[in-house]
Order: sequence, then structure tokens, then C-alpha cells
Amino acid sequence: MSSHPPFWPQALAIARRDLERERRAGEVVWITIPFGAVALLLIPLAVGTNENLLRDIGPGMFWVVVLLFGVLTAVRRTSTETPAQRDAVALLGIDPAAEFAGKVMAGTAMLIGFELLVGAVAVALYDIDLGGWPWLLLVVPLAAAGLAELGTLSGSIATSLTAGPALIPFLVAPLAIPLLLGATQGAEGIRQGNGILSWILLMAIVVLALAVAGVLTARPLQETR
Amino acid sequence: MHELAYSLRGAGWDGRRAHVHFALVPATTPLVELYGIAARIGATTILRDVDLTVGPGESVGLYGANGAGKTTLLRIVATLLRPSAGTGRVLGADLSGPDRYDIRHRIGLIGHVPGLYPELTLEENLAFAARAAGMDPGRAAGALKAVGLGNAASRRAGESSHGMQRRVEFARELLFQPDLLLLDEPHTALDPAAVELVAHVVEEVRGRGGAAVVVSHDIGRVAPLVSTTAEISGGTLR
Repeated sequence: MSSHPPFWPQALAIARRDLERERRAGEVVWITIPFGAVALLLIPLAVGTNENLLRDIGPGMFWVVVLLFGVLTAVRRTSTETPAQRDAVALLGIDPAAEFAGKVMAGTAMLIGFELLVGAVAVALYDIDLGGWPWLLLVVPLAAAGLAELGTLSGSIATSLTAGPALIPFLVAPLAIPLLLGATQGAEGIRQGNGILSWILLMAIVVLALAVAGVLTARPLQETR
Repeated sequence: MHELAYSLRGAGWDGRRAHVHFALVPATTPLVELYGIAARIGATTILRDVDLTVGPGESVGLYGANGAGKTTLLRIVATLLRPSAGTGRVLGADLSGPDRYDIRHRIGLIGHVPGLYPELTLEENLAFAARAAGMDPGRAAGALKAVGLGNAASRRAGESSHGMQRRVEFARELLFQPDLLLLDEPHTALDPAAVELVAHVVEEVRGRGGAAVVVSHDIGRVAPLVSTTAEISGGTLR
């Protein structure tokens, strides 16, 4: 029998498992990304093909799509675990906070991939101006981390409640607003050449708050499943 | 006052480093002690007033009809479910106290539904468990070979039979060497060779001074594995 491994090796083992499962299942690559791209394709059909209008709404539409599909992916990964899988993980002695961190790491990696690929589609369809792109090096990972945390936390809460996944939209929506605001207003600021540090700060605070909430509630949520 | 005879548990070699996990448990201290345990889910009483003691080297068989409360009792012993009433200690940890988290990795549970990840291969499933528990994942292949799955290591769990998945779980217990082994209907979906494997794993745990609790609806299959049997009926042990 082994002694308890430290926090980060446990988290990395969880992240590696989730990424390997995703690589095999291909849910993000073959379902989420194509649907996200199709959603971006359909919006111009609904609002018209006025180039200026599309250029204005493009970043906002992109982040809405990222939020909806991204959270859905993260939630699904957590809420579809079977009771037997959860029991097995608990009896491995894995710290629930390390499990949360590992799931968030994997989710963040997947969502960054999602953002980059669907982002390329958005740039092509909406003629989005990429001036000020270095800011995206902060916005993209922050949005991905926040959504991964939100999805993982919501999935854990949903698993522990009788109502289950039906409650997820009500849990996600209010918490996702600051992330959506930060990402969309940040993108708008970049487009207009304004500083977006305050929006970056907002997103960073949300990411930090969700991380703290996820770590602190991990054990109680595991025990109420 | 406990007798001053202590056992050293969990010493081993994980391929990279020696690890010695000291669990100074008096040799005569029971590994499982339950007193007046009750379990209720909503208005339904699943278990009531259950007392159970399992000592080192013992294996206990609990048999009863479907819905008798066998699985619920096993989950309480595994510390995965808190009892609604009663007290108890498992591997020295209070069933309702926070120290129960620290002994979970010393408990092996094989439920009637395998907890493998269908997208991963049998070896990857075992390697993940080893890695997460701080062991060398390279030992997964050897453990699979030990349960007769050496040639199926690269097969995905989702494409493997129920019996093969259960063998993987037995391989996990051989690898982790738990102090307390809990088996829920262990013979389900197993062929005769695998049934012998169950007996081997139980004996291996007992031989190390650990204990096993086996629940089943079929006393005839459980009896050869255990040193003591008790019937669970209507939520109580008889």
C-alpha cells in the first residue's frame, strides 16, 4: 500500500486521466467545436450580413458561444461520472481539492483549444479586428480557467443534489456573468484601442474566487454525493 | 489497556522507492467495530441497530436477500456513507470523524458495478489508480498479468466484458494491498478461474493481517471464502 501522494501529483494524475479520456472520446473535437462553429455561422443568418454590424457583435457572439458550449463540456465531464467511479476515486485517498484542481486543469486545456479553433472561425466569419492581440494571451486562458472552474463546481453541486443536472443552468448563469462581461468588454476595449486591465482584473478575481470556492467545497460536496 | 503487540502494515516497494506506512494498531484491535448502526434514506430505514466486529485475519460473510441492506452496510464500512445513528471505527478511524478520510486508501472495495473508465484501456485504468495513489504506474501491467489479463491490457474497458472489468478491480486490490477488503457480490460475472482469484485475494489480505467483508445473496458461494457468516435481513444482522 502506498502513502498519500502530495496534492499536485494527484491533481496531475486526474488531469492526465481526463485529457486521455477526452482524446479517446473526442467529445470536444468532434461535437463541441463543430457545434460552436455552426452556432457562429447561424447568427449572421439571423441578424443579417451587414459587415459593420457583424464586426461589432462578433466578439460578443464568440464569447457567448464559448460560455455556453464550454460550461456544458465541463459540466458534462463532472456530472456523468458514475457512482462506482466516484467511490473508486474516493478510496484511492485522492484529496477532493486535488481532484477539483485536476479537473479544472484538464478543462482549461480543452477550453483553450476550443477557444482557439472556434475563435479562428469567428475571425473569418465576422472579420474581427485582431489589433491588440497580445491581450488575448491573458483573456483566453483566464476565460478558459474560469469556465472550467465554473463547470466543474456546478457539476459537483449538481451531482450532490437530488434535482441533479436540471439545476445547472441556474447555478451557472449568475456566476458566468462576470466572466462574460470581462471577456466581451475586454474584447471591445481591444477593438477600440482602450486599456482593458480592469476587465482582466475582474476575470482574475472571478477565477481566484471560483478556485477558492471549488477547493473549500470539494470535501463537503464529495461527502454529500 | 490494549495488549502491547503491534503490527506493521503497508511496508512495500513501489519500484522507485521504499515506503513504509506505520500504522501502529494493536494486533488485537478489531479492524471494524460497529455499534448500533442505522441507515435511513428519506423515510425508509435501510439498516437498524447493526453491531459488527471484524478482527485482523478474519473474513466475514454477510448474506441476505436483495434489498436487505448489504450494500448500504458495506458502504458504511467503506466510510463512503455516514450512518444515521450509531458509532463505529474502521481501521482505527471514527466512522463519523474527519480521520476517516485518512484511512480510505487502506480500504479496497469491489462493488457489483465496476468503476472503470470505458474510454481507457484496462492497463490505463490501473495505471491511473496507481499514479493517483502515489505508486509506480508501471506496476499495472504486472498486476493485470497476475489476474490473467496480460494479453488484454490494451483493450478498452468499455469494450471488455463485465467479468474482465471485475478482474481488473481484483488486480487493483492485489496492487494496493488494502488492510480491509470489501466485496459486494464478488462472484457476479466471473468464470470458475476468476472465482479462484477471489479466494486468492481474500486469503492474501487475511494472510497480511488484514480483514475482508464479503456480502452476497448466495451463502453457498460466500461460505468457502469466509471464517464467519451472518444473515442480514430486514436491515438487521442475525
